Amino acid sequence: MQKTEQVQYNRAGQRVVSPEYMLFEAPRTKHFMTGSEVVKEAVKRSSVDASVSYPITPQSEAAHMIGELWVEGYVGVYFRGESEFGVMSEIAGCAMAGARTITTTSGPGTLRAMENFPMWAGSRLPIQLVLMARGINSPLSIQPDNLEVSFLLDTGCMIWHAETAQELFDMIIAGFVVAEQPDVHVPIVTVVDGFFISHTREAVMLPPDDIALPPYNPYKAPMPPIDMEMSPGRFLRDPYVMKSNYISYATHASWQFEVRAAIERSRPYAKHLLRGLIEEFGDPEGDLVFVASGTAAAQAKEATQILIHEEGVKARVVRLKTLRPFPTQELIQAVQGAKYIFVPEFNVVGWLEREVRRALYGHVDIPVIGSPRVAGGMTMPPEFIVKEILQFLGKEVKHVV
Amino acid sequence: MSFRIFKINEDLKEFMPPEIIDLEEKATWGNPKRGVMDLPYSKELLEEHSLCAGCPESAAFRYILASLPNPEDTIIVNSTGCTSLVFPHIALHTVHSLFGNQNAIASGIKRTLEWRFPDKVKDVIVLAGDGAIVDIGLDCTLQSFFRQEKITTICFDNEVYANTGGQESGMTVKGHVFKMAPKGKQWDKVPMWQIAIDSGCHYVARLTVSSPKRVEQVIKKAIYVAREVGPTYVHLYTPCILEIGLNSDDGLEEMRRTDKERFKFFEYMTDAAKEVIQKKKEEGLI
Repeated sequence: MQKTEQVQYNRAGQRVVSPEYMLFEAPRTKHFMTGSEVVKEAVKRSSVDASVSYPITPQSEAAHMIGELWVEGYVGVYFRGESEFGVMSEIAGCAMAGARTITTTSGPGTLRAMENFPMWAGSRLPIQLVLMARGINSPLSIQPDNLEVSFLLDTGCMIWHAETAQELFDMIIAGFVVAEQPDVHVPIVTVVDGFFISHTREAVMLPPDDIALPPYNPYKAPMPPIDMEMSPGRFLRDPYVMKSNYISYATHASWQFEVRAAIERSRPYAKHLLRGLIEEFGDPEGDLVFVASGTAAAQAKEATQILIHEEGVKARVVRLKTLRPFPTQELIQAVQGAKYIFVPEFNVVGWLEREVRRALYGHVDIPVIGSPRVAGGMTMPPEFIVKEILQFLGKEVKHVV
Repeated sequence: MSFRIFKINEDLKEFMPPEIIDLEEKATWGNPKRGVMDLPYSKELLEEHSLCAGCPESAAFRYILASLPNPEDTIIVNSTGCTSLVFPHIALHTVHSLFGNQNAIASGIKRTLEWRFPDKVKDVIVLAGDGAIVDIGLDCTLQSFFRQEKITTICFDNEVYANTGGQESGMTVKGHVFKMAPKGKQWDKVPMWQIAIDSGCHYVARLTVSSPKRVEQVIKKAIYVAREVGPTYVHLYTPCILEIGLNSDDGLEEMRRTDKERFKFFEYMTDAAKEVIQKKKEEGLI
């Protein structure tokens, strides 16, 4: 890993290692912790410069612990903003000024902050947002639900969806690396399903905490940092955005396409550091395929085990790790041979079903069934999924839920 | 910053637009004593403003840019409105992100620059209109004051949403008829300078831009106090001659008139601010 003999340290005194060493090679030890605690562990190893926080359940604890890292000297700037709108602007200011940044939010906070996300993307700020999804009011809900992801899909941010606390840890670290590639340089939203991941403990394998990612170099960014250390060149000598002429339209249009193209260019980096954009699980011959992400995928895996071992149904799971970029080719490849595609989801609109339909349309002719679908805090036990499948197949339902 | 970032590559010089060459040859970087008296002879960091002919905002821009004590390390955060039309012409690092979030953006920039450059002074200034600062962005404005962010906030008050075609703003005078207030504004002009004092600003001034030298004094005080103590607020009357039915050459007269009434010069400073201002005066910087 370390090609040069010279050992480098970050400002917190941690030894700087390559992303590959951090994610693939460093020895790991087992810990038992919540998803919120895992955020702290990931931030601690990521040479983070700045974080801004605001309370909202279920992400508050993760935000508290980033504050602890600030006290301990692992994070340079940390404070509580006035609202999610303010926070997402403050963190944008930090990123513009050349900081590696992370913030967290949930549910209604995501929508309060919404105007900022396309601004982050258009300003090419590689901010990381850890979204601990909880759903959207009204009526008031502080239950697991990931409806807000639907609103984020077209903001120009990369969106990854972690299944476990372990994956959240690895995705946060990989997220910085991919988002900061000069030819990518767009925001990254790392999603987990709130409560299910944020508030439950699981075994997590962590590398030592005296190593960290290389610090962010803002001078490699496609847009110069706002720090008056580079020429302030009047790049808008004839300010196209301020005039109603064809140049302004063309510029705005091409810039929006460019942001989307940047997300596309993240594919090889994400593929490398996440070990593929999808994960396949279950009976490779299975003709019943669940396409899912996050906690819904975890539940589908459990259901698949029951279907295979107790019901004799050949089933498998194609789990999507990234939603933006959407792993279209991988999905088309993976569902070959399927008879039915089920898309289990924790939200009322079925945003993943829509995405899957769009990706597969014209490529494969397999029925896509947006089921089972729960919302507003309902759980999705594996038996519930099994029952749905057995009823669909016209089989006897032995498990009762 | 190194002044070399303004040096033009000799081989490319013949292709550079004249204002960029002016910037290298006639700008007043690196001299904290620079001021409005340099205006006739120097490049004040602004080129070909895109405002209406005779707009007092354009004068305000020139005076402010000429008065910055540390332009080589100054960042300006602006917002949506007439002011945002000018920023692409300014030879500093400037930000436009959203309408109303300017003090939040500035807070993040200031704190990060303090972390990244602990041994350098980087001044962060918010420069936006009354709609941005007092209406849509009031939350972010006041919260940055509460948090004691070391930034200077300059409000260009033209008492109207001018860029969108003349709608009533919170800073419109009661009774004045504008679009969206077809019966005249029903409530009083927001006393933003007083709110700034109550919210923790250490230096607050209210004035018109009729006197360039006074603008220079105020801007320098506000920046030095923000640098060393905490948030400062400058409220400038820059009338929209278009929306109040004046001619291009009437702006100055309008400001002189209001100098005697609702924009009578007003200045407030805390003891800590007084100390800084006194010190800077002794150093000959104000």
